Amino acid sequence: MTAVESPADPVGFGRMLRKEDARFVRGQGNYVDDIVLPGMLHGAILRSTYAHARIRSIDTSAAEAHPKVKAVITGATLETLGLAWAPSLSHDVIAILATDKVRYQGQEVAFVVAEDRYSARDALELIEVDYEPLPAVIDARKALDPDAPVIRDDVEGRTDNHIFDWEAGDRAATDAVFARADVVVTQDVLYPRVHPAPMETCGQIADMDKVTGKLTLYCTTQAPHAHRTVYALVAGLPEHQIRVVSPDIGGGFGNKVGIYPGYVLTVVGSIVTGKPVKWMEDRSENLMSTSFARDYHMRGEIAATRDGKILGLRVKTLADHGAFNNTAQPTKYPAGFFHIFTGSYDLEAAHCEVTGVYTNKAPGGVAYACSFRITEAAFVVERMVDCLAGELGMDPAELRLRNLIRPEQFPYMAKTGWEYDSGDYPRALRLAMEMAGYEQLRAEQAEKRARGELMGIGISFFTEGVGAGPRKHMDILGLGMADGADVRVHPTGKAVVRISVQSQGQGHETTFAQIVAQELGIPVADIDVVHGDTDNTPFGLGTYGSRSTPVSGAAVAVATRRVRDKAKLVAAAMLEVSPDDLEWDHGKWFVRGDPSTAKTIAEIALASHGPLELPEGVEGHLDGSAVYNPPNLTYPFGAYIAVVDVDPDTGQVKVRRFIAVDDCGPRINPMIVEGQVHGGLADGVGMALMQVMAFDEAGNHLGASFMDYLLPTSVECPSWELGETVTPSPHHPLGVKGVGESATVGSPAAIVNAVLDAIQVRHADMPLTSAQVWRAMQGRPFRTDLAIE
Amino acid sequence: MQVTMTVNGSAVTADVEPRLLLVHFLRDHLGLTGTHWGCDTSNCGTCVVWLEGEPVKSCTVLTLMAEGRAVRTVEDLEQDGRLDPIQEGFVQEHGLQCGFCTPGMMMACRALLDRNPDPSEDEIRLAISGQICRCTGYENIVRATRWAAEHEASTSEPENEPELAPEEVTA
Repeated sequence: MTAVESPADPVGFGRMLRKEDARFVRGQGNYVDDIVLPGMLHGAILRSTYAHARIRSIDTSAAEAHPKVKAVITGATLETLGLAWAPSLSHDVIAILATDKVRYQGQEVAFVVAEDRYSARDALELIEVDYEPLPAVIDARKALDPDAPVIRDDVEGRTDNHIFDWEAGDRAATDAVFARADVVVTQDVLYPRVHPAPMETCGQIADMDKVTGKLTLYCTTQAPHAHRTVYALVAGLPEHQIRVVSPDIGGGFGNKVGIYPGYVLTVVGSIVTGKPVKWMEDRSENLMSTSFARDYHMRGEIAATRDGKILGLRVKTLADHGAFNNTAQPTKYPAGFFHIFTGSYDLEAAHCEVTGVYTNKAPGGVAYACSFRITEAAFVVERMVDCLAGELGMDPAELRLRNLIRPEQFPYMAKTGWEYDSGDYPRALRLAMEMAGYEQLRAEQAEKRARGELMGIGISFFTEGVGAGPRKHMDILGLGMADGADVRVHPTGKAVVRISVQSQGQGHETTFAQIVAQELGIPVADIDVVHGDTDNTPFGLGTYGSRSTPVSGAAVAVATRRVRDKAKLVAAAMLEVSPDDLEWDHGKWFVRGDPSTAKTIAEIALASHGPLELPEGVEGHLDGSAVYNPPNLTYPFGAYIAVVDVDPDTGQVKVRRFIAVDDCGPRINPMIVEGQVHGGLADGVGMALMQVMAFDEAGNHLGASFMDYLLPTSVECPSWELGETVTPSPHHPLGVKGVGESATVGSPAAIVNAVLDAIQVRHADMPLTSAQVWRAMQGRPFRTDLAIE
Repeated sequence: MQVTMTVNGSAVTADVEPRLLLVHFLRDHLGLTGTHWGCDTSNCGTCVVWLEGEPVKSCTVLTLMAEGRAVRTVEDLEQDGRLDPIQEGFVQEHGLQCGFCTPGMMMACRALLDRNPDPSEDEIRLAISGQICRCTGYENIVRATRWAAEHEASTSEPENEPELAPEEVTA
C-alpha cells in the first residue's frame, strides 16, 4: 500500500483544512443563482394543480401581453420543435411540457420568460389552463388493479401501469432453504417516498450565442459531462458546441443528477429570445417535481435455524416510479443495486423480485445518497434481522455476530452476484458495541423498563457497493461509467489536476489535491483542482453513488503515477544514470544508495520544459492522464448503534446517542470523511423520524414545503460518536472505498430498530413520528405514505 | 417606492417595488450574493442577516421594512482583512461543506456569541434550531461556534487564509 505515509509526511493524506472554505466563509461562493449575465432574462414554470387531468386548452394571451414578458412557451410550442418529449434515464420518455395530460401535481405545463423574476411569476397567474380532472393512481399497491386508470396512454397500446419485473438470486435454491428452515419470519416494510432537499434548489442559466452557435449552460448539476452528452444525443446539438459549467453547488445528494424539464426550457427560452435565460426553482417546485427517493413497498422473508443461523432471504418489492420511469440506474439494473439486500450476512440462498409501477406522482428514484437503491436494501435486511431476533428471543447483536460474513471469506461472493472486496465485519460491530457500552446499555434498559420508561437500543450493520462502475456491465444511457483525469506539473513545480467529477460540498478541491500531493510530493497549496466545466476537464459521469473517490480518485492516482514514472526518466537523464538506479522518496528521485544525488519534482518539472536532451520516447513537459475503469465496486461497511428514549405518554422519540463505526478504507482527509458521516447520520434521523412525502386521494402532495416536509434540525440530532476501522480495498490504487452515502444508507435502520426495541413492537413504517409511535404502541400503526386510513 | 437604509455600514437608497423581499434586494439589487435563498417559508435560514443587530430571515422581510434601519450581511463579517472568529471557527472545525447554509449559520452564531460569549452546546443548538444544514449534521457547526467562543480574544491575523499544513495524519 502506498496510501498511508508516515505521520511526519508534510504533504498528502491526513486532516487538512479545506482550500475551498476561504471563499465560502466570506460569502464569496459562486452558485448558479449568483451568476448574472448581461441582458439575462428570467424564467418561471406554470405547474399542474392536478395529479391527473386532461388538458383541454391553454390560453397564454394575457401572459404574452404582460409588458415585461418576452416569451411564453407551451407544450404546443415544443411539439413544433420536436422537444415536447425527451428520453428518460430509464428507456422511457418524460414530458418537457405537458401536451395531452398532466400526470402528477407539479408537472410542467408552461414556461414564461420575462425581464425579471417577479414579472415572470406574475405572468404565470395570467395563463388560463382548462383541465378535465381524471381519477388518479396514488396508492402504488392499487396501480396494477384491473380498473386502475391508465396513466401512460401516451404510449400506443398501453393498457396498464406496469413498468417492469426484475429478479435476482436463485429462486429454487431459496425455496429449498425456506422449506427446511426452523423459523420463517415475514414482514411488510415500507421505505416511504422522501426527497433529498439540498439547501440550494435546482436551476440553470442557458446562454445560446447565436453568432458562434455555442451553448453555455450554468447548471446545478452533479454530472456536467453526462448532461452535455445527453443534450447532444437527445436534442441533436453538436457536443463540441455545448459547454456545461457546474459552479459551486449547494448540496446535491442525488437530486442534481438528472436533466429536468426546467433545464431544457432555459435552453429553448434562450434560443427563442436570443438572451441568456435563468431559471431557479422555488422550494415547492423542488419538492414536488424533482427526483424523489425510495418509495419501495417491500415484503421481506427471512429463514433461519432455531439456534440463529440465517439460511435465506427473500424480498418482493413494489417500486413506485411515479408518472415517468426516469430513475437514474445503470441500464442493466432497473432496481439499481437493490439485489445487495443480503447485506453483511453469510447465508445460503437469496432471491428478490422487483415490480415497477407508474403512479400519478413525480418521477425520479435514484436520489438521496442511496448508492443506487442500496439504502432500501440495507434497511429491509436490517429490519428483517431484528424481526428474526425478536422471533428467536435472541439479542440482535448476538444474532448479527453469529451471521456476519467472516474476515477470511473475502473476497466474498454474495448469493445475488456481488463480489465484496474486503472487510472485517465482526471487528467493526464489536468496536461499536464497545464504544456504546452495549452491555451496560442493556442493563440500563432493563432497569428503566421495570420503571415503565421506554428506552431502545438499535443496531444496524450495512455493506454498500459504491464506485460504479465496471464498464462491461454498468452504464447510464449507454455511457460507460469510467472517468478521466489529467495531471500537469507546471515548469515551476506547481501542478494542476483536472477531474471529471463535481463537488457539491465534498471538498474535492482539497481531497483531490491531497491525492496528487501524496503521490508527487507537491504541497497541497501548490495544486489547483479544476472541475465542473466540460470545456476544461476530461470526460466522466460525475459525482453520485459515492463514486468520486472510488472512480475519479483512482483516475487521479493512476495519472499522477504516470507523471511520476515520466519524471523518473527525466531525472535519469538529468543525473546521467539509468532509471533502474533511481528510487522515489517524498517528491524526489534519488540514486539508490546515494540519497544526496537527487532531483526534486520541481527540478524535474523545470528540466522537462527546458533544453535538456530527453531520452528516446520521452516527450517534453511533465504530465500524465488516465481513464479509470473500475474492475469492481468498492464495498465500504459499518456498524451503527442508536440509543433512543420514547415518551410513553406522547410517543415522542429522542435520539440520545448515536455510535457510528465506518470502514471506508484509508481516509484521505479524516476531517472531511467524518463530516460526511455526520451529515448522513442526520439524514437517518430525518428519514427514520420526520421526513415523508405523502399524498391524499386526489394526489395532492402533502410535503410540498418545509412547513410540511420536516428536515432534522440541530435539536433533533445528538452529538455523533464516531469510530473507524480500516480495511483497504485490494483493487483500488489507493485502497479507498468511498463514504459519501454510508451513513445515509446505514443509519435509518439503527434508529427504527431502536424505537421498536423501546416500544416492543415488531414493526411500524417510517417516519416514526409521535403519532406513528403512539399508534404502534396501541397496535395500530398506519400507512405513512397516504393520508387515508 | 424609495427606500433608504444602511447596509454593512454604507447608506443605500433605492427605488423598489413595495413587495420586494429583502433577500432579493440584497442579492439582485446590491449584488450581495453571500446571503442565500432556500425555502420561501422561513424554515431554512439560509437567508439570515442582521436587522438592527438582530438575526432575521430576509426572505420574510420586505425591503421597505428596513427603511432607516441597519442591515448587516455575511460580507461584513471580515473586517480590515481579518476574519471574524466565527468565520475562522467554521474553517478550523469543518463547520461547512457545500457552504450554502453557512452565511446564515454564521450570522446566527455571531449574534449568539454577542449576547452569550460562552454558550453551551445546548444553547448553540437552540440558537441555530430555526436553520437547516443538510451536510454537516450540525456537529461541526456547534464545534465551530465553541471554537469562536474560545478564540474571541485573540484576533485573527490579517489576510488569514486557512492553514493548510496537516495537523495529524491517521494511519
